[in-house]
Amino acid sequence: MEISLTVNGVLKTVDIADENTPLLWVVRDTLDLKGTKFGCGKAACGACTLHVDGEAVRSCSYPVKFAEGKKVTTIEGLGDRENPHPVQQAWIEEIVPQCGYCQPGFMMATAALLNKVPKPTDEDIDKNIINVCRCGTYYRMRKAIHKAAELQAEKVISESKEL
Amino acid sequence: MADKEKDSKKVSRRKFLVKGGLGTIGVVAIGAYLFRSPIRRQILGVVNSLEAPYLDNIDQPMIWFEVTSDNNILLHSPKMEMGQGTFTGIAQMAAEELSVSMNQIQVVHAASSTGNVDSFATGGSTSISGLWKPLRELSAMLRVMLLKEAALKMNVDVDQISVVDGVISGNGKTLTYSQAAEGVENWEVPDVPVLKDAKDYKYIGQPIARVDLDEKVYGDPIFGMDAEMPDMLYGAVVRPTKIGSIFVSADTKAAEHMPGVVKIVVEDDFVGVVANSMLEAEKAKDAIIVTWDSYDNLNTDAIVKMMTVGNGNSSVIQKNGDSFDDQDEIVTLEFRSPIGAHAQIEPNGVVAFVDGDSATIKISTQVVGLTRKEVAKRLDLDAEKVNVVPTYLGGGFGRRLHTPHAVQAAIMSKAVGKPVKYFFSRKEEFQHDMFRPPTHHVIKGKLNAEGYLEGLEHQFVSGDVATDSALIPNALTNFLGVDVGAIRGGFIQYTAIPNFKAECWHVELPFATSWWRSLGLLANTFAMESFMDEMALKANKNAVDFRLHQIADEPIDIRLKNVIKAAAEKSNYNEEVKDGRAMGFAASIDANTPCAQVAEVSIVDNEIIVHKVIVAMDPGLAVNPDQIRAQCEGCVIMGMSAVLYEQMFVEDGELTPTIYGPYQMALMKNAPKEIDVVLLQGKDTPGAVGEPPLGPIGAAIANAVRRLTGERLTELPLKLSKKA
Ligand code: FES
Ligand code: FES
Repeated sequence: MEISLTVNGVLKTVDIADENTPLLWVVRDTLDLKGTKFGCGKAACGACTLHVDGEAVRSCSYPVKFAEGKKVTTIEGLGDRENPHPVQQAWIEEIVPQCGYCQPGFMMATAALLNKVPKPTDEDIDKNIINVCRCGTYYRMRKAIHKAAELQAEKVISESKEL
Repeated sequence: MADKEKDSKKVSRRKFLVKGGLGTIGVVAIGAYLFRSPIRRQILGVVNSLEAPYLDNIDQPMIWFEVTSDNNILLHSPKMEMGQGTFTGIAQMAAEELSVSMNQIQVVHAASSTGNVDSFATGGSTSISGLWKPLRELSAMLRVMLLKEAALKMNVDVDQISVVDGVISGNGKTLTYSQAAEGVENWEVPDVPVLKDAKDYKYIGQPIARVDLDEKVYGDPIFGMDAEMPDMLYGAVVRPTKIGSIFVSADTKAAEHMPGVVKIVVEDDFVGVVANSMLEAEKAKDAIIVTWDSYDNLNTDAIVKMMTVGNGNSSVIQKNGDSFDDQDEIVTLEFRSPIGAHAQIEPNGVVAFVDGDSATIKISTQVVGLTRKEVAKRLDLDAEKVNVVPTYLGGGFGRRLHTPHAVQAAIMSKAVGKPVKYFFSRKEEFQHDMFRPPTHHVIKGKLNAEGYLEGLEHQFVSGDVATDSALIPNALTNFLGVDVGAIRGGFIQYTAIPNFKAECWHVELPFATSWWRSLGLLANTFAMESFMDEMALKANKNAVDFRLHQIADEPIDIRLKNVIKAAAEKSNYNEEVKDGRAMGFAASIDANTPCAQVAEVSIVDNEIIVHKVIVAMDPGLAVNPDQIRAQCEGCVIMGMSAVLYEQMFVEDGELTPTIYGPYQMALMKNAPKEIDVVLLQGKDTPGAVGEPPLGPIGAAIANAVRRLTGERLTELPLKLSKKA
């Protein structure tokens, strides 16, 4: 069946045999966006986290049919080298990644959190950032999340000044 | 002069060659870099927890560098990047001696076709220390060669030129490295030049940001799981769920006509499916009925019973003075650690293409050489024709020190004549991991009249670590008489004690166990350092003073004392319980790197909370202090995860759990909010970094709990008895 969805700002129509195919595989294999990772396939690790209409979603357990007509953002659409998202900027400043495999999922989860809670406390972070990182980068991640909140706030201020 | 001569012999001149390459001007291949030290010394080096140098035995030329037309240097790394930061460290080392800027160096994984294959592995915390000398020497040689060519082209005496950031100037003229390399066919191989003095280092010793940072922050397709090949199909392999299963027969009828199925491949005990998509391959796999012979009744209790000191074979690995004679005053404690999973987030995966008499394997692996050898052997190919193309690893931790799925994907590819991508499901990852073996420790100690140890004995038993691994031949293990992995951290480090002994027992388990980051260190140090703490309490002595007093005075001992003092000082170590928090102290030596840690712990709702960890470590010269800190932070968190939460069970013959969550691991909320790292430099060359900080964390936490509750926890994962 055909499913239309907006991926990183571009409208895509994909032909999928099984509408229950997890969004993860459509993104990775059909649309060839490999930044969203497979870790467990059971909504247990968060490596596959992306945004559907701004909400963090574990795409390994999200049937593609539910994405019909919705806006999907992956790590590739969060920001890029020319125009990094505050979360990516903070991740670079704090030198967070080790192996890096879990990192897109964490950055997407963090970006979604900051949309809702622009200045998260440690408790907010503990409650909302529940992905798994085997390399144990949590210590730097926490610092990066606080930094991203600052960077985002600065960005909002400078953007409102421009207006 | 004598030294210089000796050094120059290390690079064979005949093997130095230059070839043209696509888009590159000079491809510089430098011949095998051979260490003369005998293999046995290397192995005993490992046994004694010393660092292993970069070990290479390839007698073919290998490509280390390419000078590109835009004046950059491609460095083909024989070591894999799995998060440990090796690419950054080696880029710093190469940039230093090549006199180029950091962003002119691009590090890539050497494919096996370049010849630059590490014949051992990426592991054991040896990458930077092993490459320290050879890579800087090769880089310096390349610089001298380029300068010489430039001098010829510029018609200037070589003494009159200088180089900054890959741009050579002399006599008012300039030339880039690429211009210098252009068109050169016969390179003259110089003697190994004098290397830079430490005081002139520009990059070495700097906390330079990781070179792979951008790729990892912007989601580039850099991992084995992201690899593809044109026209690729997907494979799945039927695996038993029960331990010790032996293949009897397979009924593939139902699967054959399922949607997307291209071929069912049955070869001896191998049953695989090739399909158009991963999901179709998985579904068809589930429809195949395989009959296995297996043990049904195996459970955790049976494993624990097997894993008891006194079972299996033993070997005394360390002994000094006399054994105990006075039974009455001896303190004996027993400790246990469970089966541990690697649980790296990127599942094992591979894309293989067998094309006639050659093969290409894209894979995240710690063993390029072994993978090439195994594929060549099973498919009867010439090893030279098997090109293993490594990718970044989504975590290694020892899990990828054996990657037989490369062979399985190659079998499937050969059967369909197309590339096949194949990766593990998470359940398969958990059930078919090569686990950290469970251990059991019996430790005895006897105090003298002054309250110091007169005798200390560590008896411990482990399953296979190095034994039966594809990497270390069993003949060698037999020859050494001990599992070289299991003994890591099992030695007694308080060698001022007059009488001590360490003895390692080995038991064969019915499922595969192998390398898990730091090997025996995690459990051995937990046991030994918990015991030391208990003896300090019994002697009524400060835990730090008690340790310092019983360490001898060899160079490594002095370094150990220094990290202990540094950790005590930085943490302001004290033994009072304040505001419900207590500190726990522990220290270890691994691969010649001493490390001490202090954990600040409290108990909330019967849960152990780790607030802060102080790490003091002496890894020698710190090539990149920021990445060494990152490794310490990572080890502390991975270590606390292992000692507080992680545990695999055996139920009705199956290893379980098979998913994150039930296999509980540290999350953001559990990680300490503060980790302070103090780096000492007790020697002027780089040492091991990526594993040593895993040693002290278990005992540091348990010792803090002991001071909070009075309870001595002796089993991992650490659980408080309900009443605490
Ligand atoms: S892959 Fe989706 S949560 Fe693990
Ligand atoms: S950085 Fe390796 S799993 Fe998180």
